[in-house]
Amino acid sequence: MAVLSILTYPDPRLQRKAAPVSVFDDDLHHFVDDLTETMYAGPGGVGIAAPQVDRPQRIVIVDVRPKLGEDCHGLMVLINPELAAWEGMAVGREGCMSVPDFTGNVIRAERIRVQAQDASGRARSYECEGFEARAVQHEMDHLDGLLFLDRLVSRKIDLFRRKNYKK
Amino acid sequence: MSQALLTVIGEDRPGIVAAVTQALFTADCSIGDASMMRLGGYFTIMQVIDYPRDLGSVEMALDPAIKRLNLRVHLDPISSVALTADLPNTRVTVYGADHPGIVAGVTGVLAAIGFNVIDLESESSGSAERPLYVMVIQGYAPEGVESVRKAVVPLREREGVEIGVHPIETAVF
Repeated sequence: MAVLSILTYPDPRLQRKAAPVSVFDDDLHHFVDDLTETMYAGPGGVGIAAPQVDRPQRIVIVDVRPKLGEDCHGLMVLINPELAAWEGMAVGREGCMSVPDFTGNVIRAERIRVQAQDASGRARSYECEGFEARAVQHEMDHLDGLLFLDRLVSRKIDLFRRKNYKK
Repeated sequence: MSQALLTVIGEDRPGIVAAVTQALFTADCSIGDASMMRLGGYFTIMQVIDYPRDLGSVEMALDPAIKRLNLRVHLDPISSVALTADLPNTRVTVYGADHPGIVAGVTGVLAAIGFNVIDLESESSGSAERPLYVMVIQGYAPEGVESVRKAVVPLREREGVEIGVHPIETAVF
């Protein structure tokens, strides 16, 4: 296991579209282990995507236990993830290991269903909401070369798009 | 480099930002934090600038834009204070029938619990007969979001406004 170095903006490698994973071998397992260790070593420590460590493949790891305790899916290894469904919108303030020091408001879906494969290639499906859903969407954006900077919204939008309209 | 706070006010029209920032660029200034927005029929700019020489040369560079666009400009030299690190942890949204005293009432209660306003935006709207006031405050509550929720409870009735208190969680991924 090793902690890999993180690319930071404006490194153009962060803007590449990542390629699907087709080979689920030992090399992939080792990489997933390293990526997981790198995630836990980071300032947020709850999510990471392979392109952030200069490996343009569709691999995302999320584990929001440091934030939510056991009230979540724990460690999710999401290979070739796809959003199968989403609903709701919420504004939240995000930061990113690849964009040091800056945070900004981003709108994300509140609930998602994501389909992916695990490190052995088995099909997996997860339903996530709130913070965990936000983390998954943030990391999946890296696979398409997007940073949260691409989705910034103005502060004024907060009031008018907040979820609790129902009274 | 020295720092100054530049304030610009003028009747709103296209080209104010372009003219001011172009002038600053030609005077070798760089722009830091800035707030630029329309307030009423006016366009307002407040921004921190770094300037290389004296403020006089900044004023000179701005002069043609000031005259052409009929702007009022103010430059305050500021000492570079260390950035306070507090990120906002609370958003307070207020809306209701407009009447004098809403802002004073709300911010008075917030100040009493040590709440530091980082950002406040408000808008008067609605019709003349039924004016509506909307305000969004972001700031840092040292005792946390719950302390703000408790503090604003009496205000709802006293001011007749809706007050929402929401956590701002900064998620670093």
